[in-house]
Amino acid sequence: MLLLVEQVLNGLQLGVMLFLMAAGLTLVFGIMRLINLAHGSMYMLGAFVAATVTAASGSFMLGLLAAVAAAALVGLLVELVVLRRLYPRDHLDQVLATFGLILFFNALVQIVWGRQPLFMDVPEALSGSVEMIPGVPYPAFRLAIIATGLTVAGLLYLLIGRTRLGMQIRAAASNRDMAEAVGIDTRMLYSLVFALGAGLAGLAGLMAAPILAVESGMGESILIETFVVIVIGGLGSIRGAFLAALLVGLVDTLGRAFLPTLLRLFLPAATADGAGASLASMGIYILMAAVLLWRPRGLFPAPA
Amino acid sequence: MMRRTKITTLLALLCVHGAVAAADVKIGMITTLSTKAGYLGEEIRDGFRLAMDREGGKLGGVTVELLVEDDGRKPERGKQISERYIKRENIKIITGIVFSNVAMAVVPKVVRSDVIYVSPNAGPSQLAGKGCHENYFNVAWQNDNLHEVTGKFVTDQGFANVYMLAPNYPAGKDSLAGFKRYYKGGISGEVYTKLGQSDYSAELAALRAAKPDAVFFFLPGGMGINFLKQYSQAGLSSEIPVFGPAFSFDERLLKAVGDAAVGVHNGSQWNRDLDNGANGEFVAAFHAAYGRYPTLYASQGYDAARLIGSAIAAVGGNISDTKGLRSALRAAKFDSVRGDFRFGPNQHPIQDLYVRKVVKSADGSFTNRTVKKVFTNHADAYAKDCKM
Repeated sequence: MLLLVEQVLNGLQLGVMLFLMAAGLTLVFGIMRLINLAHGSMYMLGAFVAATVTAASGSFMLGLLAAVAAAALVGLLVELVVLRRLYPRDHLDQVLATFGLILFFNALVQIVWGRQPLFMDVPEALSGSVEMIPGVPYPAFRLAIIATGLTVAGLLYLLIGRTRLGMQIRAAASNRDMAEAVGIDTRMLYSLVFALGAGLAGLAGLMAAPILAVESGMGESILIETFVVIVIGGLGSIRGAFLAALLVGLVDTLGRAFLPTLLRLFLPAATADGAGASLASMGIYILMAAVLLWRPRGLFPAPA
Repeated sequence: MMRRTKITTLLALLCVHGAVAAADVKIGMITTLSTKAGYLGEEIRDGFRLAMDREGGKLGGVTVELLVEDDGRKPERGKQISERYIKRENIKIITGIVFSNVAMAVVPKVVRSDVIYVSPNAGPSQLAGKGCHENYFNVAWQNDNLHEVTGKFVTDQGFANVYMLAPNYPAGKDSLAGFKRYYKGGISGEVYTKLGQSDYSAELAALRAAKPDAVFFFLPGGMGINFLKQYSQAGLSSEIPVFGPAFSFDERLLKAVGDAAVGVHNGSQWNRDLDNGANGEFVAAFHAAYGRYPTLYASQGYDAARLIGSAIAAVGGNISDTKGLRSALRAAKFDSVRGDFRFGPNQHPIQDLYVRKVVKSADGSFTNRTVKKVFTNHADAYAKDCKM
């Protein structure tokens, strides 16, 4: 039972991480109709900048600020230089161009930082474990990830739903021409949204850096899961992305944790382990297929 | 017309360049320099180059030109490079491959074309057993070796309840099989994870619940970094000791893992502190040349170059004498940086295997200290299937 609680927390933490990534991606898609494969590169940049700045300054907070700022700035630059030309083009061109950006950023990171993975430690204050429920010690840093993700979700909700900027974003998403006609500077808005998305990816990268290997190419593995999230959630929907991220996090974690044991009930142990591991790694894709059968446009499709 | 002139000029330039660079012996290296695993090929290449540089661009007294190409960890690309080396460059000696799946795609065809292949890393069981070949030499290890030595050590230490993790792919299954060949205790869990997995929180929670008295894992590259960091963050490293093959504990990975790896025992055929003349020279020269300490991969690249050098010297630089080259390679008359070294009947190493421990040195960097020689003159389990 306690194990289940711990695994649910693990699932939440993974889900929140995916949400940070998915939020930016789904916003960009919802408003600009742009498929941006290079989103994972912003995550990687966030992690690298965080590790470098934290190591140089000794301060996690400085690392945090630098990572988010660097990712947002690079995102802005990429939008101005490359992506702006791609909005009117079809999705295939966008996929090709942004895939090229992935290769570019991976090589760039290898040139700047070398081929060797970087090190980043958990900040001192969050290095211990917290025993919220007796018998379930849980790493404080992972709790901090959950808290950060939930806070960001709340802030995004307020931003989109309650502010003037949010209103403009919604307007541009539902009808770009009309939004321009009433005086919204959509070019400016696009750059802003893109930088916001990139900054969130950078934040996710920073949160991942102390847990994961900070290495060139680290963005790709999370990118695939992020796409699964936004497809399940409904392209363009923040609310959908949030629910889908938690769902994917839970299904993936609980699948890995309990499927092999479950299969052992009616299969020989060796077969169960192998099949369980394989099934668990397919879990989120099966979930995606099931959701799409039920709701072909995702859980919360954005208005077309 | 203009275009043709350009092409002709280019060709002429290439010829001139070729003439200048013409060496007595060409060696082709196919290795992994890009992708996350790119540092492995970098280490092998640098180790190999070091051996050449120390002889002034020669191996075995003969000027050598080393061609290096990146296989990007892709078997088909490795295959293309090998075909180009053999057909266009007329190369007779190839080396360098890091990954077993690339080796399986490249090596069988290469050795059948009467070209020598010296493996500085990958040692898949197929090439050590039934698929062995007189033109194939492995100067590193058979893949199972470093798992076997860890298994033996864990048994000797009296652990009786081990939890095992490896990625769900052929090399992962082989590693646990290699470990179990010499581990005699009980098994409290055998878990296969997704290849390339980054988050291990679910596995760690299950591991804690299974209450093993030791953990064995084989998670090469970034996976190992992720696992070790998360293992330590979950507070497990003070409770349950971890064991693994040397692959997750080379100097470059340790730098990325930090304190989380300190105290972990790992099996290896080589270590920086091995006390023999060749190793002392190698470590010092490597550090002087590249400003960092060598990893085991670099030691394997260096040994590969020195082995090839000994054979080139034996045939007096006449490398079209494949037969002479082969018997000289088989004799392995070179001072390996790991000490005693000879080839078994399947042309894989018979060597001592050690267990090392990760320590933090005085300057704050992380390295390994040799703890114990576990196997003396250890041969691999597949040699008996090799009919040469």
